[in-house]
Amino acid sequence: MNAATAGYNFAYLDERTKRMIRRALLKAVAVPGCQVPFGSREMPLAYGWGTGGIQVTAAVIGAGDVLKVIDQGSDDTTNAVNIRRFFARVTGVRTTERTREATLIQTRHRIPEVPLTEQQVIVYQVPQPEPLYKLEPRRSAATRLHAWREYGVMNVKLYEDIARWGRIDSAYDHPVLVNGRYVMAPSPIPSFDNPKMHRMPALQLFGAGREKRLYAVPPYTDVKSLDFEDHPFKVEPQGHACALCGSTDTWLDEVLQDGGARMWTCSDTDFCRERREEKQP
Amino acid sequence: MTAPLEADEAEPLLRVHDLSHRFPSAAEEHWAVRGASLVLHPGEVVAIVGESGSGKSTLLNCVAGRIAPSAGQVQYRRADGRWVDVHALPERERRELSRTEWGFVEQHAAEGLRMNVSAGANVGERLMALGRRHYGELRATACEWMERVELDPMRVDDSPRAFSGGMRQRLQIARNLVTRPRLVLMDEPTTGLDVSVQAKLLDLIRLLVARLHLSALVVTHDLGVARLLAHRTLVMRQGRIVEQGLTDRVLEDPQHPYTQLLVSSVVAP
Repeated sequence: MNAATAGYNFAYLDERTKRMIRRALLKAVAVPGCQVPFGSREMPLAYGWGTGGIQVTAAVIGAGDVLKVIDQGSDDTTNAVNIRRFFARVTGVRTTERTREATLIQTRHRIPEVPLTEQQVIVYQVPQPEPLYKLEPRRSAATRLHAWREYGVMNVKLYEDIARWGRIDSAYDHPVLVNGRYVMAPSPIPSFDNPKMHRMPALQLFGAGREKRLYAVPPYTDVKSLDFEDHPFKVEPQGHACALCGSTDTWLDEVLQDGGARMWTCSDTDFCRERREEKQP
Repeated sequence: MTAPLEADEAEPLLRVHDLSHRFPSAAEEHWAVRGASLVLHPGEVVAIVGESGSGKSTLLNCVAGRIAPSAGQVQYRRADGRWVDVHALPERERRELSRTEWGFVEQHAAEGLRMNVSAGANVGERLMALGRRHYGELRATACEWMERVELDPMRVDDSPRAFSGGMRQRLQIARNLVTRPRLVLMDEPTTGLDVSVQAKLLDLIRLLVARLHLSALVVTHDLGVARLLAHRTLVMRQGRIVEQGLTDRVLEDPQHPYTQLLVSSVVAP
């Protein structure tokens, strides 16, 4: 630590706050997919930039951790760079851009393409933790629906998608049923990533700072994307290959270039780099 | 005065016993409903008539389990034959009852419908709540029910916002009847519609109630609605049931002075 961070506790938050968040996390892990309220703190970061994720990370990070931060799959976007630098300053832990080296990954909008392991923890930044929000905006009523498993209303939305578009049309944040009990918002990851959550060996933690809610999916927990019997959930192929590594089985971003040309590249930049290095002798 | 019941009449479906309700903010002696008792038999339609503020909607909401009454009981005989005290049930069971065995038709269709999803999704919602997860079947059921309430099944994907008042009311009825409820509660189902639409809707309700052997409790201030739909009629005034009996008897030979006033003030065209 240098002079600028003198006086700050390890990982910025004071120990009592971290304990409070850990207590909420324990409850969240014990009841997979259930939203647990917590006393969200002001962070040196605007709401919407990952205040929930950053508090969860701060509560679980240890001196031996290796941290990776991704934003939309990329390690070098503003959000990722700043959060990574923040933790490097306030904890002094080693940071990395390589998914395989990281023990703790904070993410926004993506799950890495490399399968995660039991040795890793992934922290999601969540803007809206309530999957029922669009159908039942009253928080108290939504809590009741969760308590009594009245999830029929969730399928009303999916029904509406099929009626209108002929398919289930949540390109991202597609609701999932966790452990056969709670319907959960997977945060705005593309539905392409939903299957990765199912029985994932890594611990998945979710933090929503503005909404003051935490939730979690313990390792090897069933996570099923909601669907209809005759319209099962499936990942729509994007129909492109990565212009850099040639991958067709990863999530691709469309990049607009000078002159209006379009290029599709892997959204997970670390994975793309790995593929390219493999190919080069 | 209670309606003469035949001795071998089937067991009742609903019993309201000495129900009273006073809103917490109301004055000490101001009761919205006072000492109301009624019995509803399977297949029977009972109308509750009275002027605005007479407590008929409060009574209906108490029966529906939406308002916990200050005193008295609402007992309901479930499909499995078990009698339950509606207000003593855990909230979860009460909600389950209200979306399976009961229906509630609101005066304003917008309150009973989801206005931002299609007609088909509105009809299918209760089925989805019961765990039906087959899109094709749900949609077919929705079309079938739209036909039954005389709506064009071609409009199954239209938003209820594109429907007229009468159509919305029909859609609301379809949405409620899709789970084959045994008891339907209606709060002024035809108020606010123009007269010809009212007549058609009443016709439809009468037909459905008879065909599906429903029991219904209909709140209305329109004696015409009571005459057309109801086997029995209750007259409420200032929170009390002042008279009840067979509809024809109540309307042709009113006993209570208030009922006499009500009947005589009907404007005949």
